[in-house]
Amino acid sequence: MAKYKTEPLKLWNKAKEIRQQYYKNYATAHEKGGIRWAGGAWTFDAVPAGLGEDVYSLTSEPYGASVAWNKNFALECQEAAEAFGFARDLCSYMRNYWGSILIDKYVFGGPFPKPDFLWQDHICCSHAKWYQNISYLEGGIPMYCVDMGAGAYKPFAEVTESQIDYIANQLLDGIEWLEKVTGRKFNDELFFEACWNDFRSTSRWAQICELNRAVPAPLEEKTMYSLYVLATLQKSWKVVADFYDELYEEVKDRVDRGIAAVENERVRVITDTQPPWAFLKIFRYMEKYGCVSVGSIYTYGLEGMFVYDKEKHEFNHRPLPPKKPETREEACRMLADWHMCKPEYQHFVHPEYKTLMMDAICKQWNVDGVMLHYNRGCEGLSVGIAEVRLGLLKRGRKVMTFEGNMGDEREFDEARTVQRIDAFLETFGIRKSE
Amino acid sequence: MITAGIDCGAKTVKVVILKDDKVIGKAIIPAGIDTKKASEEAFEEALKEAGIKKEDIDKIVATGAGRADQPFTKDSVTEVSADAKGINFLYPNVHTVIDVGAEESRAIRVDGKGMVMDFAVNEKCAAGSGAFIEAMARALEVTVEEIGPLSLQYKQEIAMNAQCAVFAESELVTLVHQQTPKPDMARAIHAGISDRIVSMARRAGLEPDIAVIGGVAKNPGFIDCLNKDLNTKVIVPDDPEFVGALGAAIAAKEI
Repeated sequence: MAKYKTEPLKLWNKAKEIRQQYYKNYATAHEKGGIRWAGGAWTFDAVPAGLGEDVYSLTSEPYGASVAWNKNFALECQEAAEAFGFARDLCSYMRNYWGSILIDKYVFGGPFPKPDFLWQDHICCSHAKWYQNISYLEGGIPMYCVDMGAGAYKPFAEVTESQIDYIANQLLDGIEWLEKVTGRKFNDELFFEACWNDFRSTSRWAQICELNRAVPAPLEEKTMYSLYVLATLQKSWKVVADFYDELYEEVKDRVDRGIAAVENERVRVITDTQPPWAFLKIFRYMEKYGCVSVGSIYTYGLEGMFVYDKEKHEFNHRPLPPKKPETREEACRMLADWHMCKPEYQHFVHPEYKTLMMDAICKQWNVDGVMLHYNRGCEGLSVGIAEVRLGLLKRGRKVMTFEGNMGDEREFDEARTVQRIDAFLETFGIRKSE
Repeated sequence: MITAGIDCGAKTVKVVILKDDKVIGKAIIPAGIDTKKASEEAFEEALKEAGIKKEDIDKIVATGAGRADQPFTKDSVTEVSADAKGINFLYPNVHTVIDVGAEESRAIRVDGKGMVMDFAVNEKCAAGSGAFIEAMARALEVTVEEIGPLSLQYKQEIAMNAQCAVFAESELVTLVHQQTPKPDMARAIHAGISDRIVSMARRAGLEPDIAVIGGVAKNPGFIDCLNKDLNTKVIVPDDPEFVGALGAAIAAKEI
């Protein structure tokens, strides 16, 4: 007999449709006289939105993950990248993406759609080189890269006006650069609206994640991957911001009615970085034990805007700014300040910051254990992960680790990982149902 | 209540039959290539020693890498849980158990009730397992039973730098050509594996008392190195290779 009631998410299909529309919009942009640009999921996508309503993007990490999910296609891309001379231990999303260019195939069908310009931010070394090589492989596409090296955000560090200016001024320069390379006049009103949509999407997604504090959890992480991804595609897109408003209402309703994501929820865990995308079935396997992954700092904080409260040791969503931006300078400063706060940025500075945020998540989300992915495919998000493990253990959390690669299935040992999961979940005194 | 635990390891199958918290029968059989057949033989032998029939057993639980291949039960626990329960049954004061088997080694931190607090597994490298000692014994042209006592006769500590079984064998060949005494080479082999195991065990957290189980625990040369590296005297149960099967038999009472 099930412990809780469950039911499918009503907005599931809509989320899938938005994602499909996004990739189609990019591929067909030129047919409608529009512009295509490419950049990372962390980039300030609100800025190119000022070029017009027919400007479409392709963000690289979700594209690399989509490739990873398609094992045969991924292998073709990886082998092409390796044959070209790129090392196998580089970021696997990056190799999937480069490989896709090299074999000239778009994972959603047709030839790989070449972008008109590259709009990126330098969050880790891989990301900077990623686009430099795309520019080279595609025959010299213009590229602009915003350096994010302004340090940690509050409360981990003091944030001075000059730190915000450092990023905001790069965005202001970037607007002039965009006008120059596209020959279009920048529309500030569209830009302001896109900034607001960005704030709405990322704040609202954080609030949706907060709803998962409920027992039973209304969402489980495998499903959350298909929901948070929309913000990684284009957080400044009104369609995405509106979708999250709608999703918030549905998830809140699930909480109010006690609808569980996993009907036999007994143990709650969180994970850490990107999962091995080709093996998401491990989450379904865990459910046989009544184990639900209620999220991770990755699904919460890659796009969700949270603030860590040092005094209360809490991790709460960042409320919307009091008003929309009214000048270009103000918009750039608001964007810079907003995105410097991104939880996933903080651990680039020190693993202790990530440990504190994860421990707060454990406390507020009623988490029993933590599963850390030693993700060989992402140097950025895996940096300091062993320190995080020690920090969590020190705080009395149960932690298991497993090795893998988010985008290269050749580096994931499914049988061994399942064996570890078995051993870890047995430590909670739970057994697998057949 | 009579329960049985069957531990289908990579090299041997072990069976323990427990009646009212007392071991009444046990058996160990080489696993060979047919786990099912070996399991049946081991079970028969244990039943014979216990003087009971299979029908007298109330519950059977399996563990070990081949636990899904035995024909007696669908109930199973992982080696980590089984080791924790088994050692807690024998030595309630043990808080760290190191299991060195034929092809895998693991370290488990246990609370006073046999619950696992943390664990670490060496699952990708033969250099932390019994297979490594077997390979090295072959290279030294001695038996597995001989290599442990032989190492205790060492006169000089030699560092073997290789962290890999394949490279270690090459290094050993070099030492043979340098006419290094066999006891010194045997010591170097055990010191190497001990070093790896201790490093893994530190990941799980070392908390006294510390016990060592698994077939390799019967090797005095390895235990001597481990005592030195851990700066303590580890506990080795009388039948260290049966602790996993014992833990499975205890788990059978709880399922």
